[in-house]
Amino acid sequence: MITYIIRRLFAAVLLLFIVSAAVFAIFYLVPRLVGATPETLATRYVGRAATPETVNLIAHKLGFYDPVWMQYGRWVKAIFVGADYDAGAGVEHCPAPCFGYSFITHQPVWPDLLDRIPVTLSLAVGAAILWVIFGVSTGVISALRRGSVLDRSSMGLSLAGVSLPIFFTGLLGLTFFSYRLGWTASGGSYVPFTENPGEWFYDLLLPWIVLAFQFSAQYARLTRAGMLETMGEDYIRTARAKGLRERNVTVNHGLRAALTPLLTIFGLDFGLLVGGAVLTEQVFSLPGLGKYAIDAITNNDLPKVLGVTMVAAFFVVIANLVVDLLYAVVDPRVRVGT
Amino acid sequence: MIRKTRVLVAATAVLALGLTTACGGSKDDSSSTTSAAKPEFNGALSKIYNPSDKKGGTIKLANSGDWDTLDPGETYYGYSWNFLRLYGRSLLTFKTQPGDAGNELTPDLAEGLGVPTDGGKTWTYKIRSGIKYEDGTVIKSADVKYAVLRSIDKETFPNGPAYFEQFLNLPAGYKGPYKSKGVNTDSAITTPDDTTIVFHLKQAFGGFDYLAQLPQTVPVPEAKDTGANYKQHVVSSGPYMFDQNNLGKNFSLKRNPSWDQATDPIRKALPDRYEVSLNVNADDIDNRLLSGDLDLDVVGTGVQPAALGRVVGDPAIKAQSDNPILSRLWYTSINGTVAPLDNADCRKAIEYAADRTGYQTAYGGPLAGGDIATTILPPTIPGYQKFDLYPAGADNTGDVAKAKEALTACGQPNGFSTNIAYRAERPKEKATAESLQQSLAKVGIKLTLKPYPQGDYFSQYAGNPPYVKNNKIGLATNGWGADWADGFGFLSQIVDSRVIRETGGSSNTSVRDPEVDKMLDTAIAETDAAKREAQWSPIDKKVMEDAYILPGVYAKSLLIRPKKLSNVFISQAYSMYDYASLGVA
Repeated sequence: MITYIIRRLFAAVLLLFIVSAAVFAIFYLVPRLVGATPETLATRYVGRAATPETVNLIAHKLGFYDPVWMQYGRWVKAIFVGADYDAGAGVEHCPAPCFGYSFITHQPVWPDLLDRIPVTLSLAVGAAILWVIFGVSTGVISALRRGSVLDRSSMGLSLAGVSLPIFFTGLLGLTFFSYRLGWTASGGSYVPFTENPGEWFYDLLLPWIVLAFQFSAQYARLTRAGMLETMGEDYIRTARAKGLRERNVTVNHGLRAALTPLLTIFGLDFGLLVGGAVLTEQVFSLPGLGKYAIDAITNNDLPKVLGVTMVAAFFVVIANLVVDLLYAVVDPRVRVGT
Repeated sequence: MIRKTRVLVAATAVLALGLTTACGGSKDDSSSTTSAAKPEFNGALSKIYNPSDKKGGTIKLANSGDWDTLDPGETYYGYSWNFLRLYGRSLLTFKTQPGDAGNELTPDLAEGLGVPTDGGKTWTYKIRSGIKYEDGTVIKSADVKYAVLRSIDKETFPNGPAYFEQFLNLPAGYKGPYKSKGVNTDSAITTPDDTTIVFHLKQAFGGFDYLAQLPQTVPVPEAKDTGANYKQHVVSSGPYMFDQNNLGKNFSLKRNPSWDQATDPIRKALPDRYEVSLNVNADDIDNRLLSGDLDLDVVGTGVQPAALGRVVGDPAIKAQSDNPILSRLWYTSINGTVAPLDNADCRKAIEYAADRTGYQTAYGGPLAGGDIATTILPPTIPGYQKFDLYPAGADNTGDVAKAKEALTACGQPNGFSTNIAYRAERPKEKATAESLQQSLAKVGIKLTLKPYPQGDYFSQYAGNPPYVKNNKIGLATNGWGADWADGFGFLSQIVDSRVIRETGGSSNTSVRDPEVDKMLDTAIAETDAAKREAQWSPIDKKVMEDAYILPGVYAKSLLIRPKKLSNVFISQAYSMYDYASLGVA
C-alpha cells in the first residue's frame, strides 16, 4: 500500500511538470504560429500610453526575448530555490516555492494561491458534504419508493438541479434569499474559518446550497439507478431471507455495492471543483482559485495561469488517488497496487 | 389518487403565491429611501441630490474587477482618479461641483493654478504650507518632484500615463530615481524652496494645468517608497488613509488624523469610512445597488444589460438613476491608405450613407448607448461646437442621394468593396459593423466583417498600418475617452498623424493631415484658456471635412444612484458620481 502511494505521488509530480510545460508551450509557441513577437506579447502588459521603448523594456523584464526552454527552466528553478525580482525601489527575494510574479499586478503568485486555496476548499468540502448526503439519501429513498410521488418529485427536482446553470440559480438565490429576505449573506462575503467560524458558515451557506443543488442531482440519479440494480440481486434476497433488518440490507448490502461508480464520479467532481469552482466563485464573488483562474486567463497573466493550473492539477491527482484507495475499502475484491 | 392530486395542486398554488409575494417586494423597496430627497430620473445630473453636511457612517463600494492600482504614480482609470482624491492631494484637481463647474480646475495641494512663463515652457506652482502626510510629516515640494519622477520609470510602472515624459525637459536617457540614481533632473523640475515647484518643458504647452491635476503629482515620501509594492500602503495626503488593504480582494479607508480641513477648501470629508470590495460579480453589484445593500459601483460606467431592462421598465427604479454624457466618442475610422478610400469623396459617401440611428441602436439606444454624434468632440469638452457636415436625413438613417453623388464624384458610381474591422469580444462593435454593412449596401458599398481580438486590435490589426493596407481594412470600429475633458486630452491621440506608428499600437488609425497637426501644435501652445478652447472645434471640423472619422455616438452611461448617501452629483470631469463629496444620509 505504501509503495503504491509513493509510486502514485511520483507519477503526480511528473504529471505536474508535463502540464506546466504544456501551458508554457501554449502561451509562447502558439502565438508565434500567428506571427507574434516578444513586443506584441508585451503590449498586453503595458498601459495604453506605452511607447515602443516601454514595450521593449517590459518584453525584456518579462523575459520574452529568451528562448522558451530558458524561461521554463527559470520558472522551474524558482520553485526549488526561489528568485529575485526587481520591484524598482529595491530587489525583492521570492522564497521557494516561487511561482513567479504576476505580469499585471507585479505581486508574487504563491502567497495569492495560498490565500485562495482555503476559500475554494471551504466551498468544495461544504458543498460536497451536502450533495453527497442529500444526493445519495434522495437516490436511496427514490429507489426504495420507486414510482411514488416522492420518487417522481425528487427526480424532477434533480432534473432541475442538473439543468439549471449555476449563474442562474446563484443570482436568483442571492436576489431572493440575500437581498429580499435577508436570510443569507450578500455576494462577496467571505470570512476565513480561523477568523470567525460562525460568519464563515453564514457566508458560505448559500453557495454551498446552490452548488450542492446542482451536483446532488447527478448523485441522486446515479444512486437510484445503482440501487435499483443491486436491490434486485439474489444476494439481497438471501440477506433478507437470513432475517437481516431492512436498513441493514439496504445500506450494508444494497448501497455499498452501488457506491463504486459514485466514488469514481465523486473523485473527478471534487478534484475539479477544488481546482477551481469557477462559475460559483464568479457568481458569489468568492476570492477563490476559480475566480483567480478567470482573471489570470482574461489578462493573459502567465505566472498566475501556471500557478492555478499546478494547484488544480495537484488536487485532481490527489482526489483520484484517494478515490482509488477508497475502492479497496468499499469493495473487498479490489486490491490496491495490482 | 384524486386526494393526492388535490394536495399537489394546493401545494403548487401555495408555492406560486409565496413566490409572487417574494417577487412583489423587497426588504428595502426601491420606492423608499433613507434620504429626504425625492427620487427623480437625472436627479443628480446637474445639481446636488440630497445635500447634507452630516458627518459619520460608512460608504460601501464594489468593483467588478481588480483596482487598476492604488499607486498614484501608475493609476490610469477615471474611477481611480476620482476615488484617489480621498487619500491623495494632487497639485490641482477638478472642482467638486455639479454641472460645467465640475470641469474646471481648482488648486488642491497648490495654492493657485500654475503660473506660465517663457511662453508656456515653464510652469510654477506654490504649495500650501502645513499640509501633512498621515504620519504627521510636512509635505514639501521635493515630494511632488519625486512623485512625478518616479512615475517616469516605465519598467516599474508600465501602465501609467506618459504625459510627463512627453513634455518635461528630462535629461537624455533618464529612467527614474530607481535606475538613474543621483542624476541631476533640474532641467525638468526644480524646487527652489519647500513650497515652490517649477516644471520646465521641452515645448510650450498651454494646458499644463491638466497635467498638474494628474495623480502623478500626489506627493510620495521617498523614504517610504517601495516601488512596485508602494500600492500595498500608499502614504496618505488626503482626508482618509488606508486601514486595511488586501490586494485583489478588498480595502478600507479610515480618517487621516493629520488632515486639516482648514487647508482643504474642496473636501468636506463627511463619512468615517469607505469599504471597497474587489472582483465582485457585476450583475450582483447591480442587484445590491437596487436593494440598497451597496452604495456605489465604483467603476461608474453604468449598469449591466440584465439590470438595464429593470431600470428602463420600472419608473420607480428609473427615478433612482442618472444618465450622464461621457467624454467618450464611439466612432469608426475611415482609412485613407486603403483604396478607394484614399479619395475624400469616397470617404464622404460613407459619412452620408451611414445609418446613425442604427449606430445608436447598436450601442444600446439613447439611454444606455448615447446620443447620435455629428462631431468628434463630445459636448462635455470645453470648446465644443455643434455642427453636422453630413446630415443623415430627417430620420438619421442616412442620405442615400448625397452618398451616391459623392460616389460618382470619386469615380465609384456603383459602389465598392472593403473590409470593416471590429473587436470580436465587443457585441456592440459587431452590431455597429452589421448596421453599417446594411446601410452602406444601399449605395453599393459592400462591407465584409473582420473580427479581431481586442488585446491586439491596435498593435497588430486595425491599428497596424501595414496590416491595414495589406488586408484592405477600409473601416475600423473605434472609440476614445479623454484622459481629461479638454480638447488636447480628447484630440491629440486620435487626430494627430504623428502618433501613428508603423509598428502599430495607436488609437489614431486613419487621420493623416499635416494641416491638422499644425493646428494642434498651435492650440497646444496657447496659454490663454479661452483662446485655446476656441481652437478645438476648428480642428474637429477640419478632420470631419477630411472624412477620416465617422462619428457614432457620444457615449452615455446609466448609473444607479446610491439610496443612502448625501451630496450625490455627477462630476462632469469624471462622468460619474463625485466620490470626494459624498456623505451618508
